[in-house]
Amino acid sequence: MASGEPGDGGGRVAQGFLAYRLIVRMWVRSALAYRASFLMMAFGNFAANALDFVAIMLMFSGIDALGGFSLPEVAFLYGTSGVSLGLTDLLLGSIEGLGRRVRDGTLDVLLLRPAPVFAQVAADRFALRRLGRLTQAVLVLGWSLPRIPVDWTVGRVLMVPLMAVCGAAIFAAVFTAGAAFQFWAQDAAEVQNSFTYGGNAMLQYPPTVFARELVRGVTFLVPLAFVNWLPALWLLGRPDPLGLPGWVDFLGPVVAALMCTGAGLAWRLGLRSYRSTGS
Amino acid sequence: MLWPSDGNEAGGKSVVWYLAVAAGSFRRYATYRIATVAGVFTNTVFGFIVAFTYLALWHERPHLGGYDQAQALAFVWTGQALLASTGLMGGGLDELQERIRSGDIAVDLYRPADLQLWWLAADLGRAGLQLIGRGVAPMVVGALAFPLALPGDPLTWGGFLLSVLLGVVVGFSLRYLVALASFWLLDGAGLALISGLACMFFSGMVLPLRVFPGALGEIAQLLPWAAVLQVPADVLVGARSGGAVLRGLVFQAAWGGALLALGRLVQAAATRKVVVHGG
Repeated sequence: MASGEPGDGGGRVAQGFLAYRLIVRMWVRSALAYRASFLMMAFGNFAANALDFVAIMLMFSGIDALGGFSLPEVAFLYGTSGVSLGLTDLLLGSIEGLGRRVRDGTLDVLLLRPAPVFAQVAADRFALRRLGRLTQAVLVLGWSLPRIPVDWTVGRVLMVPLMAVCGAAIFAAVFTAGAAFQFWAQDAAEVQNSFTYGGNAMLQYPPTVFARELVRGVTFLVPLAFVNWLPALWLLGRPDPLGLPGWVDFLGPVVAALMCTGAGLAWRLGLRSYRSTGS
Repeated sequence: MLWPSDGNEAGGKSVVWYLAVAAGSFRRYATYRIATVAGVFTNTVFGFIVAFTYLALWHERPHLGGYDQAQALAFVWTGQALLASTGLMGGGLDELQERIRSGDIAVDLYRPADLQLWWLAADLGRAGLQLIGRGVAPMVVGALAFPLALPGDPLTWGGFLLSVLLGVVVGFSLRYLVALASFWLLDGAGLALISGLACMFFSGMVLPLRVFPGALGEIAQLLPWAAVLQVPADVLVGARSGGAVLRGLVFQAAWGGALLALGRLVQAAATRKVVVHGG
């Protein structure tokens, strides 16, 4: 299966990006051809995510703090996690449809094309409407920033975009690993929802709300805590419920790089073990 | 699709038909084993996340919405257990919508069976399998991990199951109306999305309706979506007892009857309108 091989480095990466861009452009053009439909779906995507935040606001209609965190602080967690997931969902979200392609055999078509399969699957059915989710998260984050009690230094300001990018990379690794798992279990697409959308649902709330074992699980097992919890605790000057050393808060880029490497290996392993349904 | 051969005889036989349709649908969904396991996993993960946020919320406001903590936790796990069965996230009627769009519906209308009853039977079969397959396991895990307010007497469980049945009927009739809209709309995706959002928010899935502040809560509890989850969950956790259970069941039955009747009207209008391409 030639297209699964690492090939000769730079050339294939460039080729992958080119293929990704071409396929994405095609799907964007096709989505914009039905403008009213597109706007409605983008708004729906926005509203679906806004519901989560409406629930948080309804909760705060009767309380001042949840797990010791104020509404702006929870909104900050919500916004940072949402922006990271929103970026990944937009750029890579279609990959969760891999199981369907394995099941109906259409993955074979992608294997025949002279472009990396990963780029093709990631761009497949690229959905511009997912800008709705991203926009909603950006708005909540923007609302929270001037309201959280942070003494903004240059380092702290830079931490916010760094969180977003590292978080997106961590979620990307989870999406990729989940898709790789679908090479073996085609109907298991929902399992990865637990870690992506479920992880996001968890990261929206302060770590103090959850049982320590659960916090440990998302720190050491599936290290989603590096998406926003740990850096946010540093920004907000709050103690870490697990009492980890302070430098751990800055490990986001390292964790993201490790996870992406692992996910890349899982993807290759999955692709190599793929056997077509045949004719 | 299952189609009994003695199709032209009316009367008593028709009940047997619809039972056969329901049984066929039950068996069909029973074949999606990996998807069922994946769904149980996801429902359980979300159950844990939401349960912890509710614990924190009820820690701040011990009798919020009239629920004590064990009742609030039982509400969470009831929601996760019924999520698939009641079709809160949509599904079940995608095939009908697709048949309307493609025109295959013309064939269905020629069949000596009622379209609405056919799909109702199919949906009840699906709901029955998913109640067992995707409902029991998360509920058991939830009950092992948290102190849940679950009833001890079989009568309350019986009332709960009856309420779930009525909830499924209401959920079906709402989704049936959305599917029938495809007779008029070229692209029913937008409407399905809006309907899905309303269902998530006003069923109590995002937050129990009794927790909604002021008039919003009062109104939300009169809308049909309340019949899908809020009422069955309240029966189970004991927020409704005695006469209130009966009133809840009547409320559900009234919405179910009204929406099914509306579905018949729309169906009659739609079938008068059908013009299949080419004749």
